[in-house]
Amino acid sequence: MKPHSDLFETGNGVTSSAPDPQAGGSPPVRPRVALMVTCLVDLIRPSAGFAAVKLLEDAGCEVVVPSQTCCGQPAYNSGDKQTARSLALQIMDGFAGCDFIVAPSGSCAGMAAKHFPDLFADDPNLSGRARAFAAKTHELVSFLTDVMDVESVDVRFKGKVTYHDSCAGLREMGIKSQPRKLLASIDGLELVEMKDAEVCCGFGGTFATKYGDISNAIVTEKTGNITESGADMLLAGDLGCLMNMAGKLSREGKKIEVRHVAEVLAGMTDTPPIGGSEDEHVSADKEQGR
Amino acid sequence: MTSVSTSPQFKSNVQQALHDTQLQKALANVRHTVIDRRAVAAAALPEFEELRDQARDIRNHVLEHLDLYLARYEQKVVECGGHVHFARDSREACNIITGIAKARGAKTVTKGKSMVSEEIGLNEALERAGIEAIETDLGEYIIQLRGETPSHIIMPAVHLNQEDVEQEFRRQHRHLDSARNLDDAETLLAEARGILRDKFIAADIGVTGANFLVAETGSSIIVTNEGNGDLTQTLPKVHIVVASIEKVTPNLEDAAAIIRVLARSATGQDMSVYTTFSTGPRRTDDVDGPEEYHVVLVDNGRSAMIGTEFQDMLRCIRCGACMNHCPVYHAVGGHAYGWVYPGPMGAVLTPSLIGVDKGGHLPNASTFCGRCEDACPVRIPLPKLMRHWREREFERHLPPLRFRTGLAIWGYFARRPRLYRAATSMTMRALSWLGRKRGHLTKLPLAAGWTDHRDFAAPQGKTFQAQWKKQRRNQGRKRS
Amino acid sequence: MSGARDQILANIRRSLGAAENNKVRQQAVDARITAAKPGIEPARGQGSLEQRVAVFVEQAQAVSATIARVENISDTPAEIARYLRDHNLPPSLRIGADSRLGKLQWQGAGLEIARGPSTGTDLNALSYAVGGAAETGTLALVSGPDNPTTLNFLPDNHIVIVDAAAIAATYEGVLARLKDRFGKGNMPRAVNLVTGPSRSADIEQKLLLGAHGPRRLHIVIVNAADGTHAQ
Repeated sequence: MKPHSDLFETGNGVTSSAPDPQAGGSPPVRPRVALMVTCLVDLIRPSAGFAAVKLLEDAGCEVVVPSQTCCGQPAYNSGDKQTARSLALQIMDGFAGCDFIVAPSGSCAGMAAKHFPDLFADDPNLSGRARAFAAKTHELVSFLTDVMDVESVDVRFKGKVTYHDSCAGLREMGIKSQPRKLLASIDGLELVEMKDAEVCCGFGGTFATKYGDISNAIVTEKTGNITESGADMLLAGDLGCLMNMAGKLSREGKKIEVRHVAEVLAGMTDTPPIGGSEDEHVSADKEQGR
Repeated sequence: MTSVSTSPQFKSNVQQALHDTQLQKALANVRHTVIDRRAVAAAALPEFEELRDQARDIRNHVLEHLDLYLARYEQKVVECGGHVHFARDSREACNIITGIAKARGAKTVTKGKSMVSEEIGLNEALERAGIEAIETDLGEYIIQLRGETPSHIIMPAVHLNQEDVEQEFRRQHRHLDSARNLDDAETLLAEARGILRDKFIAADIGVTGANFLVAETGSSIIVTNEGNGDLTQTLPKVHIVVASIEKVTPNLEDAAAIIRVLARSATGQDMSVYTTFSTGPRRTDDVDGPEEYHVVLVDNGRSAMIGTEFQDMLRCIRCGACMNHCPVYHAVGGHAYGWVYPGPMGAVLTPSLIGVDKGGHLPNASTFCGRCEDACPVRIPLPKLMRHWREREFERHLPPLRFRTGLAIWGYFARRPRLYRAATSMTMRALSWLGRKRGHLTKLPLAAGWTDHRDFAAPQGKTFQAQWKKQRRNQGRKRS
Repeated sequence: MSGARDQILANIRRSLGAAENNKVRQQAVDARITAAKPGIEPARGQGSLEQRVAVFVEQAQAVSATIARVENISDTPAEIARYLRDHNLPPSLRIGADSRLGKLQWQGAGLEIARGPSTGTDLNALSYAVGGAAETGTLALVSGPDNPTTLNFLPDNHIVIVDAAAIAATYEGVLARLKDRFGKGNMPRAVNLVTGPSRSADIEQKLLLGAHGPRRLHIVIVNAADGTHAQ
């Protein structure tokens, strides 16, 4: 099995030396992973991105971070296909020459994995490239468990955690058991399921601002369920959802900490939680627990 | 004559709905009951997923051959002694039906539940012609008394609580003892049953919809639970079926195949109580049944959907599963959508039938969570179709200028990574500084929709890419 | 209004990019109608006669129908008399012209019989089903003078006799019986597939029986088929 690939996209379609995760057998050896940071992680919460890098490197990957802006999903979902195509092409060009593309986000990974092919379906020159790119794109946690065969993480964490299943991650990328599996491997972490964990949090990208009233009604239902679960901390794999839920919890005066699941899995919880400040944040000596 | 819509006022409809405590109480009922029931029914039938694929394939085949199946269906209905009328739009459909009614001197018309009859505004047309139209489905009867439209395509009165029903019955059923006890749902039902029984028997004409129109036999099929549809179509001298053109089905076996996923998806029942196949008027030896049987086939914009990216929407079998699972529907109920068809299927169908300029809000008011598509028995890709509407609107410059400008500016920067990094670094540093004390901001310019209800997490400061670049420089590492 | 008809059909053809009189398309339609092949039939209810009846009973009871089983058709008057007594219902019954019902010993069981379609004043009615589908405990009734459709909907209490042997596993089995009886492509004026008594959940999702149709559905399964048919 080749450890990494050369630039392998040809004009006639794509061949890939990236190992087929479905083929069974051992995980790839030192694959070259291009991290799609995602614009929200890049701009708002880089610590989640660094947690992703640590997790990938610990799993044996070589991580590169090509210059990037956005996968184009906001344009795509707003009906601006032209801008969406430009940004998709920009990504595909920038991320060439790697075995995998991994994003700490179900919706951004989903944009590339499920929608890039649609964007270029009618373009004979690009449809093959888009399909190949899509086939190599993964969400972070499911990449670790399903491709790199990571079964556990070696961190300690004391606390009661609940996990929200972001819609794109769940329904587009099939992420459900994978984060729970890794969280279960953490000594001291108690996972409690909230009611309706699989129901939308009301983010929906621009929807949260354009139809703020409806979004608020939906997220209020969600924060009610989060509170009822008895958890001290909320985790999920998508920063948009997390910011939405954190913002509502904060406005409601609830003391539930919100983080990206990568931060807990990487043992990197020494930054303030989402929407929280240095003053409020409890020191990160996890052994002493919370 | 297509019934009036308030879809352009979606935002104010939503405001009203969110502050309507009675409505919110009623909607809380919906949230789990129907969803859980569908899940149980689906889990109890091992073949369910395959049956969904099969239903989708049958519907696709029909749409690809719709003209031919309609012609065969028509031929067969006529062979069986029925009449077939084609209506290009609502006005034509209403004229045909009121024409039949007037020609027979009809005074009252009983109605089984029919969403397409709402679409064409049939009741209003009959009233204008001096003919009384009486809804007989319990939910439809209740909302007719209240002067309302249905808020769900299967459960028309789902927005009401029991006390709303009691109030209305007391107000309208004057001939009954005002001191009577109407404390429980059973007595309310019994009261409606008694009153409507007389109407069924006295009716001159019965109008029903159709879940399926079978080309092989010329039959119309209605799928109900109450028995009102059957009384509507059996007792009066004239039975009129009003159905949209895409309801046609090749044969009885195909109808059975789709019936299997219909009730399970709609209410979680394995089978509805009454599935009735009607074929023409009474035969020479029949001792009951209508003497005349008419079918009015309504186009009203559907033939124009075929061959477009919205053709898949015509697979819809009107089960309501999509709206049952929709978080937006749960929040605002059906009336907020402003027209006949609410929820995800309404968000896709409404712009097709009344125009995207009027119905444009609906496909935008979605998070694309995908639960609708997950639940749809004929696998309609509802979020994708909503996105297509957004594309059409974008092309026609329909979204508000402020939004389009914002998107354009963002797009401009996103396509220029260096400029993007420069602009965002600045902005993030500023926002980070503004929110440094509490870690979040309570007000954001241009984002009142967010900050009116939620705090906005302050950026950590330096962007990931800036930090990454710096780290690489410091480590002097080369990428291998 | 042939103008509307032709326009609509032409619109559809234009939308599909199909030419008029396209033979391939017409053949596809004709073939599917002619073949009328059953699709996926659930495993539920399949099996021997006893297995089918067992599933039928379980499914029908789950939707609030009640069931009794008798050996011969001649046993039904006594069973029906018992049922009416147990539910404090008057011993009167409306039936159609079905000769199988006509020759039963009603007087001997103390039951008063009225014949013909219902006009809405009957409390109890009795029909003979052409068959049933085990998969959902569904009965199949056809219109006609033997078992008028109004008997299925107007009376408060509906009793239906069905031969055990006529209970198919699936709806397709029922359709096959109808085809045998009426010929392929032909249907009587009405075929009612009935699954349990009438119900509504329109008031706050509360499940209530007896919305407009019968409040009670009692099914009498007859083990030994009579051998004769109504017509």
